[in-house]
Amino acid sequence: MNLAELQRRFSEALYTPLNSNEGIADRTLRGESMQQVTETIIKPNDRLSSTERLEIYSRSYWFRLISSLNEDFVGLRAVVGDQKFDALVQAYLTANPSRSFTLRNLGSRLESWLRANPHYIHPHEELALDMVRLEWADTECFDAAEDSAITLDDIPELGEDPQLHLQPHIQLLDLQYPVDTLLLEIREEEQESDEASNTFSETRTRTRVKRVRNSNPKPVFLVVHRVDYLVYFKRVTPEAFRILTSLQNGMRLSEAIDAAFNPSTLPQAKITELVQGWFREWAEWKWFGKQAA
Amino acid sequence: MSSNRFNGFKDLGVGIGLRLPHYDHILSKKPVVGWFEIISENYMIDGGRPLHILDQILEQYQVIQHGVSMYFGSAEPLNREHLKRLKALVRRTKTPWLSDHLCWGSVDGTYSHDLLPMPYTFEAAKLTADKIKEARDFLEVPIAVENVSSYAEFHVSEMTEWEFLNEVVERADCGILLDVNNIYVSSQNHNFDPFTYLHSVPIDRVAQIHIAGHSKYEKYILDTHDHPVIDPVWKLYARAIELAGPTPTLLEWDDHIPSFDEVHSEALKANRYVPSNVPELAAVSE
Repeated sequence: MNLAELQRRFSEALYTPLNSNEGIADRTLRGESMQQVTETIIKPNDRLSSTERLEIYSRSYWFRLISSLNEDFVGLRAVVGDQKFDALVQAYLTANPSRSFTLRNLGSRLESWLRANPHYIHPHEELALDMVRLEWADTECFDAAEDSAITLDDIPELGEDPQLHLQPHIQLLDLQYPVDTLLLEIREEEQESDEASNTFSETRTRTRVKRVRNSNPKPVFLVVHRVDYLVYFKRVTPEAFRILTSLQNGMRLSEAIDAAFNPSTLPQAKITELVQGWFREWAEWKWFGKQAA
Repeated sequence: MSSNRFNGFKDLGVGIGLRLPHYDHILSKKPVVGWFEIISENYMIDGGRPLHILDQILEQYQVIQHGVSMYFGSAEPLNREHLKRLKALVRRTKTPWLSDHLCWGSVDGTYSHDLLPMPYTFEAAKLTADKIKEARDFLEVPIAVENVSSYAEFHVSEMTEWEFLNEVVERADCGILLDVNNIYVSSQNHNFDPFTYLHSVPIDRVAQIHIAGHSKYEKYILDTHDHPVIDPVWKLYARAIELAGPTPTLLEWDDHIPSFDEVHSEALKANRYVPSNVPELAAVSE
């Protein structure tokens, strides 16, 4: 058996989910006998069989990856519940083994996979998808690049109708539920919980999730952004959100404003006042950057 | 001092791993530390707080890069995106050498995020050495490969682990990051004498040494980096230093991480094994 074959055989066993006792499964994902596969490639020793030796790696693989998704998607776990989350994560990882050298990217395909497999988040599909989008946006925002900021005074120098570039860390989300406040509450509970108060903390989290689950959908337009290396969630109006989305899509300033207010019943003076106020605020938060050449 | 071409001829002394729970302490107290080892992958990003912290650390300390996902032993080619990001980080840190593991971990573009054991074959040794050379040529920095802890052995193996290590480093003409805890863990798991392994290491290639703690289970030992170093591992370390001379040494503590001072003082125990005619490697922080 050459190196490539051996590594494929080993990986087939490794990527097979653990059984309900968190031990190695009897059969691989391809339906082969796990014992046969491991005995073909791994030597037993005086204390462990071939399968038991591979099980050490198998448990380590699954625990590490599940733990990573647990950390990155605490909000989704709270929304769907622990049991469903565990099943969801195992199915996701089985269908989507990591394709990046860093665990940071492990959840990159979770939203699209859940859209294709909505039964894992039934009956809270929209809420769960909103939460996944927010948690992934948070990951992306945390360590994205940051360009030199453009101040409000710099904007006139960019020409009459400039293309303003949003910072690479800015993520724009149109949501159906107020998952921004829910996620912050869940994280706060997680931080505050300790051994003694775990039960109370979990109960509070469940109550909060239930409240949001039972509420009617209400659009939330959210900017996930970074200030001084910390990630923040900022709600904006639908019009402001449309301007930002248009700018992110490369539209010129006038086109972005037209797209946001066309049609609009507001008088032009009011629109001008609103837009000036927003841009003042956004420039203060350094949302506009000089695009690298 | 084991200063050689594999560690940029650097006399760095004792270092510790740069870990998130210690960021504030390090930046505010500025402890005297020989050097910090970073996990390269944690900083192979475009921006944000991790790089901001790293830049502040770099203003005051020597940083050495240690990787966990190059996977020199995987049958598939090196990941070019990984290499490009790694090179950008090498330029940022000016690391005099970098290390990664003598292991595999990816197959057909999928990643296990683990350090999987090599089959000790000539085919694997040649492929691994070729990939180390390719990485070194691209990154333009000396590379040291670290022996890993292992829990499995393969039927196809044609040599011992230490023979395999020799075969790879001679073919690649690269350095060794000698992890004496890993030698100990594997010796217990595979029933060999750890000193036989140690005495077979081409000592002039040792760029750096790792020490760490581990966890003992009923039928095997697991390399968990969550305990102080045990006496048998210190004995191996003492012998390694006796053979190689004082060598840049790093204590790994990655789980249940105690205070900075506790980790640092555990690391500084390594100075006990420095011959008395050589100055201590790093002062204790105030």
